[in-house]
Amino acid sequence: MSSATHPASAPATSGAGSNVMLLFAVAAVAVLLVAPFGVYPVFLMKVMCFALFACAFNLLLGYTGLLSFGHAMFFGGSAYICAHTTKVLGFTPELAILSGVAFSVVLGFLAGLLSIRRQGIYFAMVTLALAQMFFFFCLQAKFTGGEDGLQAVPRRPLFGVIDISQDIHLYYFVLAIFLFGFFVIYRTIHSPFGQVLKAIRENEPRAISLGYRANQYKLLAFVLSAALAGLAGSTKVLVFQLASLTDVAWQMSGEVVLMTLVGGMGTVLGPVVGAAVIVTMQNYLAGLGEWVLVIQGVIFVLAVSLFRRGFVGEVIAIWQQMKARKANS
Amino acid sequence: MFELIGIPPQALFGQLLLGLINGAFYAMLSLGLAVIFGLLNVINFTHGAQYMMGAFGAWMLLNYAGIPFWGALVLSPIIVAIIGMVIERTLLKRLYHLDHLYGLLLTFGLALILEGLFRRQYGSSGLPYNNPLPGGTNLGFMFLPNYRAFVVVASLVVCLATWFVIERTKLGSYLRAATERPDLVQAFGIDVPRMITLTYGFGVGLAALAGVLAAPAYQVSPTMGSNLIIVVFAVVVIGGMGSIMGAIVTGFGLGVVEGLTKVFYPEASSTVIFVIMAIVLMVKPAGLFGTAK
Repeated sequence: MSSATHPASAPATSGAGSNVMLLFAVAAVAVLLVAPFGVYPVFLMKVMCFALFACAFNLLLGYTGLLSFGHAMFFGGSAYICAHTTKVLGFTPELAILSGVAFSVVLGFLAGLLSIRRQGIYFAMVTLALAQMFFFFCLQAKFTGGEDGLQAVPRRPLFGVIDISQDIHLYYFVLAIFLFGFFVIYRTIHSPFGQVLKAIRENEPRAISLGYRANQYKLLAFVLSAALAGLAGSTKVLVFQLASLTDVAWQMSGEVVLMTLVGGMGTVLGPVVGAAVIVTMQNYLAGLGEWVLVIQGVIFVLAVSLFRRGFVGEVIAIWQQMKARKANS
Repeated sequence: MFELIGIPPQALFGQLLLGLINGAFYAMLSLGLAVIFGLLNVINFTHGAQYMMGAFGAWMLLNYAGIPFWGALVLSPIIVAIIGMVIERTLLKRLYHLDHLYGLLLTFGLALILEGLFRRQYGSSGLPYNNPLPGGTNLGFMFLPNYRAFVVVASLVVCLATWFVIERTKLGSYLRAATERPDLVQAFGIDVPRMITLTYGFGVGLAALAGVLAAPAYQVSPTMGSNLIIVVFAVVVIGGMGSIMGAIVTGFGLGVVEGLTKVFYPEASSTVIFVIMAIVLMVKPAGLFGTAK
């Protein structure tokens, strides 16, 4: 991706700027802590699961410049493992989530090893094809329950002691996972490793000529992204007590692309906003059936044609323009 | 009758023929994708939806206008191609200066819109389309349905004609030149933007033609395109988009491989092409007929 299409992530050099960021973060967490008393907690948990999924995806698209069109395989694959270990093997939630994530890591390593051998547009096609292969595998495998999926997955007590069968209790567990995942991504982006990823995004041959093993960095970013997508998928199983073919289908891969695009790829908060927008839209439009697909398509077309920077990207651009104007006057 | 490794020849040759038909669709679709990508630098995700529209075009022409299959074979691709060219002029054109990924995302969105509209109107289950060439010939070792033979021959002719036009005619040389250096070709006084539009129309028309051919062979359904396009992407990755003949050979070849898998190991028939893709990526990442990059 070219640099022109990416809003530069706000540099946190000035002391005042980082203070504002910190204040904003504290306020956001405070709002999330009290939110379930005003808003339906299941809806909030759904938003957080998809926000984490989109953030994980954005780590790859926005910060490494790799468009994966197959991220549903990590989201859904992990969901199946989490549901299976909980329902059949009787794992507690944290162990089930860990096994789901472990599965995603292995799958991400294998898929990443294959797909980073091609670049750009081919990378997207390879990941899409691999995800479709995984979809057919899930369709035929015995333990996934085929068309029915794994339903009525029990919400066992956390660590064997903490009851999370109530939505409101589960909410705080999901919130903790979301904040953990978001923090991991934030730290990754702002680490030297993240800087190398951005360098590869902007100019891979130059990064290689500087001595960075681009493929190893890309693979590690891919595995990390897969792991976090898996974390989101496993958490989703706890919320909806369901893992099904929808989670691994190509439409799911498309949805996460849409969320990231709408929110603003290459921005820290973009995917969160995008996920909130799309999930809200799906909730309100659920009754319209097939129109949801059409509307999602229209949003895709509009976002690509008119708002390539996405919601958060546009806001950052306006803010920077205003700052530049102030500096000039 | 003889038996081959425990498989009755009827089943073997029947599946081989079905594989060839699938291969014909793979070949026509990947050919269109390759031609479009060559000139537009866009991976046309809408290709599957346009294939579906070709099939629906035939169905609508028959049911609303009473135009039979043979008329639809010409009309439906032209109509779909015109719709495609309008899309190119209004939407795709704005993205050429950007990263290829935006073209992919835009056409993905268009595919969602088209599939959603048709699902809204006609439901997800398929609509039947009568076989225009009933009956068949008994070849001794197998029964050859006329229509299936027609599909294989017709698509071979179309593919080879496309190859001939692109590789052996003056028009094709313009096209190949514009693929390499559009700015230079434009400087020679050739209207490259119009050529781009027509090329997109041609690639889309090819997809729609495959759709019309598919209508009697399978059912006409809104999801027929999205299921196929992902396989075609894998075919394109295997073959590489560098060569026209490569796309044709890979398409037919993979169709046959898939057909044979259905005979010998049915469980793997839906994944065999993806597995081949993974192997090709490990052995020859650029694809069988591809050049580097």
